[in-house]
Amino acid sequence: MSELNSKIPDGPLTEKWANYKEHAKLVNPANKRKIEIIVVGTGLAGASAAATLAELGYKVKAYCFQDSPRRAHSIAAQGGINAAKNYKNDGDSVFRLFYDTIKGGDFRAREANVYRLADVSRNIIDQCVAQGVPFAREYGGLLDNRSFGGAQVSRTFYARGQTGQQLLLGAYQALERQIGLGNVTMYSRHEMVELVTIDGKARGIIARDLITGKLERHFGHAVLLCTGGYGNVFYLSTNAMGSNVTASWKAYKKGAYFANPCYTQIHPTCIPVTGDYQSKLTLMSESLRNDGRVWVPKTKEDSEAIRKGTKKAEDIKEDDRDYYLERKYPSFGNLCPRDIASRAAKEVCDEGRGIVPSGFGVFLDFAAAIKRLGVDTVKARYGELFPMYQNITNEDPLKTPMKIYPAVHYTMGGTWVDYELMTTVQGLYCLGEANFSDHGANRLGASALMQGLADGYFVIPSTISNYLSPEIFTKPIPTDHPAFVEAENAVKERSEKLMSIQGKRTVDDFHKQLGKIMWEYCGMARTAEGLTKARDLIRELRKEFWSDVKIPGLLNDFNSEFDKAGRVADFIELGELMVVDALHRNESCGGHFRVEYQDQGEAKRDDANFAYAAAWEFKGVDTDPVLHKEELKFENVELQVRSYK
Amino acid sequence: MKFNLKVWRQKNAKADGRLVDYTIDNINVDMSFLEMVDVLNDELIRKGEDPIAFDHDCREGICGMCSMYIDGRAHGPHHAATTCQLYMRTFKDGDTIYVEPFKAKAFPIIKDLAVDRSAFDRIIAAGGFVSVNTGQAQDANSLPVEKEAAEKAMDAAACIGCGACVAACPNSAAMLFVSAKISQLAMLPQGGPERKNRAIKMVEQMDAEGFGNCTNIGACEAECPKEIKLTNIARMNREYLAATIIDE
Ligand SMILES: Cc1cc2nc3c(=O)[nH]c(=O)nc-3n(C[C@H](O)[C@H](O)[C@H](O)COP(=O)(O)OP(=O)(O)OC[C@H]3O[C@@H](n4cnc5c(N)ncnc54)[C@H](O)[C@@H]3O)c2cc1C
Ligand code: SF4
Ligand code: FES
Repeated sequence: MSELNSKIPDGPLTEKWANYKEHAKLVNPANKRKIEIIVVGTGLAGASAAATLAELGYKVKAYCFQDSPRRAHSIAAQGGINAAKNYKNDGDSVFRLFYDTIKGGDFRAREANVYRLADVSRNIIDQCVAQGVPFAREYGGLLDNRSFGGAQVSRTFYARGQTGQQLLLGAYQALERQIGLGNVTMYSRHEMVELVTIDGKARGIIARDLITGKLERHFGHAVLLCTGGYGNVFYLSTNAMGSNVTASWKAYKKGAYFANPCYTQIHPTCIPVTGDYQSKLTLMSESLRNDGRVWVPKTKEDSEAIRKGTKKAEDIKEDDRDYYLERKYPSFGNLCPRDIASRAAKEVCDEGRGIVPSGFGVFLDFAAAIKRLGVDTVKARYGELFPMYQNITNEDPLKTPMKIYPAVHYTMGGTWVDYELMTTVQGLYCLGEANFSDHGANRLGASALMQGLADGYFVIPSTISNYLSPEIFTKPIPTDHPAFVEAENAVKERSEKLMSIQGKRTVDDFHKQLGKIMWEYCGMARTAEGLTKARDLIRELRKEFWSDVKIPGLLNDFNSEFDKAGRVADFIELGELMVVDALHRNESCGGHFRVEYQDQGEAKRDDANFAYAAAWEFKGVDTDPVLHKEELKFENVELQVRSYK
Repeated sequence: MKFNLKVWRQKNAKADGRLVDYTIDNINVDMSFLEMVDVLNDELIRKGEDPIAFDHDCREGICGMCSMYIDGRAHGPHHAATTCQLYMRTFKDGDTIYVEPFKAKAFPIIKDLAVDRSAFDRIIAAGGFVSVNTGQAQDANSLPVEKEAAEKAMDAAACIGCGACVAACPNSAAMLFVSAKISQLAMLPQGGPERKNRAIKMVEQMDAEGFGNCTNIGACEAECPKEIKLTNIARMNREYLAATIIDE
């Protein structure tokens, strides 16, 4: 497996997907019933894939670690989903959405995939509306849209501040319908802990029943990983507590390359960190930047007074405020992309102009919007968000500006996949946030929901048959096959080892320490020196973890601490790969900002040397991974310096 | 802040459970209730004891996974909030706090505070959907929906499936949950064709799962973190009645 083959179909960009579908191999309905597909994860990507594949007639088994598929992390998405419907008649088109996404990703994504994404985005909205998703509507009864960062058109569909919830419930209901019909077997409270491969093909998984702790073997003709992002490697992030990298990591160790791990998105509008006890950070949707203005005082003195509590936001006169996004990026202003807004916040705080006691926070102010639109309109527009903020912080954003700071939010990197969403392991696919495709080095707001549903509803059903068509001759492989036995034994051995350590430090202790290392050295600003140091620190941490972690309880029992320990062990290894990737990429692009490569604070890409996706091959925990490059060819857009000025 | 906790401990579904006393000190007012339990668990682990099992994931009030019965109230004393959105500033220093699982026959206890709410999934599987396969949809704007209907549907759709309504109800009825889904889909034209069947199937499944009957107490509405309204139950009853009458 030397050269990466991305399998991009021939033909002009606009026709590739149609051409592909016309020529892909099919599986006839009678044969579909003989084929079993494992879908790990029931977020937008997994639930939509599992439901659709079952509708087509495949036998599907779906897995999630929560108690119900409806609780996947996608449920928390607030702001909205993009689609090139051009219902607003403001000049939107498939090409424009494609272009915005490629540019937003700082020219580090694959053209063909992104175009397909923009193309099917329109079908997603149709499908969701048909399912009964209650999107926001205008008085005429037609669908409403709002704007999101990185775009000059209004193409974001939304359901109050609960878009992810409503989209997921739509997909979940479609999935439950198939469960009721007997086409999907659902395994809730199950965690995939190993991938089983036979003769180089993915053939099943080992899953842990999280109630009994028992290991189970499950066969599938193909396996889909739809397991979400790995932002929790930073400990504090906007992700749900259980979000983890374990499934992709097991796949990585079995030969699925991991691409661009260092591309992480730090979201500009989150509630700032206040204490050590904090278990997660809460996002305040980017949609707030439609009406909120970001600022800090012009002078350090005023900022200090605010930090100390001797002055309030209201005491700072208009002329003494620095609306730094509007100042630096006049054409996009408060709606510039996330990476840029986040770095700008870090910059003003590093200058000593932060406005919360820790020094790391800026204002997001709705006063102007309230004056323009009235309190009621502003309140109605952001539904749950204001009360949520008030509940957490004890401050009313309608009266005093919100305080925000960037936090880890999304991971663009992930398992490498080709145009068909197949990984470098035959028959193993990866969908949604877990894969590396589509968003390049930075994701635009409202496009993760779009990608998850595009992958699940529209892409995988068409591409998987191309692989499965010859598989109709493969009989289900009994799970007493040596490959299953061996995989289960490996899991058992590792689990027993973890339980036998009985050291002094808790799992969270290690996780927090890892998070601090990652945030400090592999967060918003990275340097070769810091990254080199981080690699050593992570290696030390790994040794310590494996000799000093303390896990209570029993293996064959409901044991959340054990579950966490397994995930943290994988995060520690992932952390090292992220650092290796960040260190090798001697350029700044999107969410990856290397201090050495900048032009007066703006990211400086190096297209001559780094216009590729970095796909890493596992060679052993203590051995350096091997880099494979997928050259990115830009035939339909011109590579240019990304400017939002 | 310092608290005395009385926490329900139960090894598994079959074992007997009981309230166990813990005291906890140095709690910050800005901590969430779950972060307070994290601190307690951390202490238990360091002492070599089994930490308290509980469900949670998003910690921002949307996934519906957290489920504690605190001081005799589902999700605790804070109005319209889930357990994860309950902050310690709600309590007074020195308070004694009771922490129990959501108890109902249809929600068997798994361990400590974690319960099995898969009955809700089975109710949805019975009819809580629109039967439209991927790819069958027409253009999203080809069917306008009255704004008010869409808004009301959204109000009902906000349910997070947490089960607090069941835990709060002396009859362990699941009417609020079931009616929220039936109402959402009944108010939208997309849900129209299957209205009758949906109402019948979901109600049948609800009864089969062992949930109780509604006697108009209203505890569900009072404790629902998403402020799902009792009017949904009235609408469900109408839907069900209309469906059964015409059926017979
Ligand atoms: C607070 C917040 C707000 C957001 N808002 C927006 C927005 O407005 N617009 C937008 O486009 N995007 C938004 N995003 C991003 C978007 O929500 C996610 O990228 C997207 O939902 C991910 O979907 P997914 O299906 O790939 O994974 P997830 O929804 O994360 O689902 C992962 C699934 O995998 C399962 N799983 C994981 N590991 C295992 C394992 N080992 N074994 C078994 N099961 C496993 C989980 O149980 C779960 O079912 C937001 C993200 C956050 C955190
Ligand atoms: S109706 Fe309210 S209390 Fe009941 S499950 Fe839904 S959100 Fe929870
Ligand atoms: S943990 Fe998700 S609602 Fe409380």
